[in-house]
Amino acid sequence: MSWIDVGHIDDIPLRGARLVKTPAGCVALFRTSEAEVFAASDTCPHKGGPLSEGIVHGRSVTCPLHNWVFSLETGAAQGADEGQIPTYEVKLEEGRILLDTAALSARAAA
Amino acid sequence: MTQKLIVIGAGMATGRMLETLVEQHADFDITLFNAEPRGNYNRIMLSPVLSGEKTYAEIVTHDDDWYTASGITCRFGERIAGINTAAKTVTAENGDVLEYDKLVFGTGSNPFMIPLPGHDLEGVIAYRDLEDTQRMMDLGEGNKVVVIGGGLLGLEAAAGMAARGVDVTVVHIMDHLMERQLDEAAGYLLRRALVDKGITVKCAANSKEILGEKGKVRALLLDDGTELPCDLLVMAVGIRPNIKLATEAGLAVGKGIHVDDQMVTSDADILAVGECVEHQGAIFGLVAPLYDQAKVAAQTLMGQEAAFVQKELSTKLKVTGCDLFSAGDFAEGETREDIVFRDPARGVYKRLVLENNVVVGAVFYGDTTDSNWFFGLIRDKTDISDMRETLIFGPNMQGGEVDPLQAVAALPADAEICGCNGICKGQIVEAIEGGATTLADIKAGTKASGSCGTCTGLVEQVLAVTLGDDFVVPAAASVCGCTELTHEDVRRLIKSQGLKSQDAVWQQLAWSTPNGCHVCRPAINYYLIADWPLEYQDDPQSRFVNERNHANIQKDGTYSVVPRMWGGITTPDELRAIADAADKYNVPTVKVTGGQRIDLLGVRKEDLPAMWYDLNKAGMVSGHAYSKGLRTVKTCVGTDHCRFGTQDSTGLGIKLEKLLWGSWTPHKVKLGVSGCPRNCAEATCKDVGIICVDSGYEVSVAGAAGMDVRETELLAKVPTEEEAIAVTTAYIQIYRENAKYLDRGYKWVAKVGLDWVKEQVVDDLENRAALVARFELSQSIYRNDPWAEHAAKADAYQPLADLTLEAAE
Ligand SMILES: Cc1cc2nc3c(=O)[nH]c(=O)nc-3n(C[C@H](O)[C@H](O)[C@H](O)COP(=O)(O)OP(=O)(O)OC[C@H]3O[C@@H](n4cnc5c(N)ncnc54)[C@H](O)[C@@H]3O)c2cc1C
Ligand code: SF4
Ligand code: FES
Repeated sequence: MSWIDVGHIDDIPLRGARLVKTPAGCVALFRTSEAEVFAASDTCPHKGGPLSEGIVHGRSVTCPLHNWVFSLETGAAQGADEGQIPTYEVKLEEGRILLDTAALSARAAA
Repeated sequence: MTQKLIVIGAGMATGRMLETLVEQHADFDITLFNAEPRGNYNRIMLSPVLSGEKTYAEIVTHDDDWYTASGITCRFGERIAGINTAAKTVTAENGDVLEYDKLVFGTGSNPFMIPLPGHDLEGVIAYRDLEDTQRMMDLGEGNKVVVIGGGLLGLEAAAGMAARGVDVTVVHIMDHLMERQLDEAAGYLLRRALVDKGITVKCAANSKEILGEKGKVRALLLDDGTELPCDLLVMAVGIRPNIKLATEAGLAVGKGIHVDDQMVTSDADILAVGECVEHQGAIFGLVAPLYDQAKVAAQTLMGQEAAFVQKELSTKLKVTGCDLFSAGDFAEGETREDIVFRDPARGVYKRLVLENNVVVGAVFYGDTTDSNWFFGLIRDKTDISDMRETLIFGPNMQGGEVDPLQAVAALPADAEICGCNGICKGQIVEAIEGGATTLADIKAGTKASGSCGTCTGLVEQVLAVTLGDDFVVPAAASVCGCTELTHEDVRRLIKSQGLKSQDAVWQQLAWSTPNGCHVCRPAINYYLIADWPLEYQDDPQSRFVNERNHANIQKDGTYSVVPRMWGGITTPDELRAIADAADKYNVPTVKVTGGQRIDLLGVRKEDLPAMWYDLNKAGMVSGHAYSKGLRTVKTCVGTDHCRFGTQDSTGLGIKLEKLLWGSWTPHKVKLGVSGCPRNCAEATCKDVGIICVDSGYEVSVAGAAGMDVRETELLAKVPTEEEAIAVTTAYIQIYRENAKYLDRGYKWVAKVGLDWVKEQVVDDLENRAALVARFELSQSIYRNDPWAEHAAKADAYQPLADLTLEAAE
């Protein structure tokens, strides 16, 4: 594990998302409640919609292009749709967001 | 030979009587007089009209077509001034003298006005008819009202006005509210619920004087010296049977007009029904017995045998969120025992009063689901010794049954289901056996659930029990999977319960998800903005990406940017600025849109703020080409250049766009203004289209040229530009206030009917002005440029962090 501080939770709007550029492509950080952040791919497996621009509800996000819904916990598409987005380890320490870049570069290498 | 029947008063009682006569083809030549300038409507539904849950049109029980088809001569807005019983004639206000063979009184009651000093000031009203209701509805947010009287009527008036944002104080002389129907505990719970709705309640308060200024009410002065300022004072302290005319005609009267069991007065050719009647010493103030009287009167007129019998009555308060039921007698007494159940956490209180193993009274607050069953016990004087232990838990706990359907199945045929109309289970079952399969069929066939509607659930259960699997409780499409409520329900509840945040909606309306989903969130966000423009703060995270980023997202994740060009007019400078922006941000495509604006397609998200900044600097603002809001106003060149133009269509288009821009609406709104009927701006397929003609402006609405193609329908023809603008604004506001989210104007108009819209925004000038005022109020917050705001938050459009460099290290 190699945790990197990417910003403060308040930099992400409540029930919104921000992007982090990584060697493995754009990762979206989703904030679902006052103190909960998830990290997942920004790219919708359907037609590549930017998931960080979707509406975040509960612990899910709806793609803005054609309304596929993904669980932010598992990355699995919900309902009738099939698909999966990669999710990444992220943790909060005193409001700072720490992202596990080891996994990210590992993925890039693989 | 056809007899002449004259009916005085088109109220709820005579309405029901006429229906019976017409249904049975009684041979009468009927003339109906009414002091109110309209025919029969459901007076008890004035409260839902006041609170905004229903419209007047929805509570009309008999429309013009019905009177015409029934051959009834209507003289609405005309009072009967006198009766000559010897000559058998009546005299109308205008002096007309009409002969009758039979005469029916249905004059209702007069609201009682306490003769306090100042009671005749302008702005002191009762709560009785549509005019009173309209006065209260016209008040508008922030105004102050004092209601004297904490009974059924006063509280419904107070709750209705509070739902409209009026500052309401209820002054009640007794120690607790509705003291005639409720005991103290229930009164307390009710009071708490009203206070939660923002209503101030003063009990044990004695009114001393109504203070005025220039002939208009200013405040209410209490005994203890308190002054309660108000713009309107509503007195709801009781009613008195309206017997003046009967007394003058020499009929026998006491508190009301004396009638026998056949509803005949002391004059054999004159009958009386409704609140104006006194029967065996009793007078009446609820519709259930009046409907019985009406039926008896009709039968008497037709020479059939019938007799009116007084029955137990129950009371319900029609205030959303205050479930309350009371029936029978709940006074304490030596021989009486109480069973009381309290659940303070849920705000539930139930009390039964027993005497000799029979339930004689019941008061429920907070949970009234079983009230009909208890009411049945009271009415039938059922011996309850066997179920005493579990009685308070209702029918489900008796005999181990837990299914409400089984409880309904177990009801005897003569159990009353609809109190207002006195319809028993047996009659409903009969209707079902006769082919009725839906609630609407039952309503049409038996009238059950047709009045106050509180028994709708029960009627559905009878349907379910009788039809078995063939009956599916009709679920109107709900907003989304997070709730069972429909859009219409949610809109109504947001208003009536004063919900002003998304959290309040999720909480109060029992959403099944923690914070909604992508379907309901934008809708709720819109409803809150539309209903509470000053109080609710927009939530960008509940908006679709386009509205959040103030540009249209394209399939590759880039955006398109459209600056506003007021009325389609631009300048060389603006064009240069657009061209410069296109160069600077590498815009691959520049396109002229169908709405006469210029679209810059293919902009990267990161570049949006800088581009907005540049366009702002050149004097341009967002064109909202992405919004559920006002988009474009397309115009032709009009009188400026065109040889056909009759008016300045371009100028009007610019005015409208400057007025309406920035407003959020249920769906997108596009306008067109053409200078003459050649219609070069294609105005007749827009949400609002205006065609200028020599004599003025034709404003038409509900057109579309998208997935559906629709021609607009004429809303109004007006002589001045000013009026064209007012009608347009009022139309957009009424659409904003009523339509379901994502219904285009044409879909919404198809639902409510163009006639209703006309009544509201064309005929009713006061209402038009109020709509315009509410629109402007909202615009005082929302008429601003989102680009300017967001250019300042450019950071948020950049990635939060860039790890590509670190990883390379
Ligand atoms: C706001 C409100 C809420 C209510 N809620 C409920 C409820 O929830 N449940 C319930 O059971 N009851 C309720 N009531 C009471 C119910 O509405 C009345 O009991 C019922 O309307 C009385 O019917 P009616 O036909 O006797 O008189 P009305 O419906 O009052 O009709 C009488 C008509 O006669 C006309 N008239 C009078 N004098 C003359 C004349 N000289 N010439 C011509 N016309 C004349 C009047 O203009 C009036 O239109 C409510 C009443 C009000 C005002
Ligand atoms: S609509 Fe009439 S006034 Fe306008 S450009 Fe066309 S012809 Fe001219
Ligand atoms: S691209 Fe995400 S749902 Fe189609």
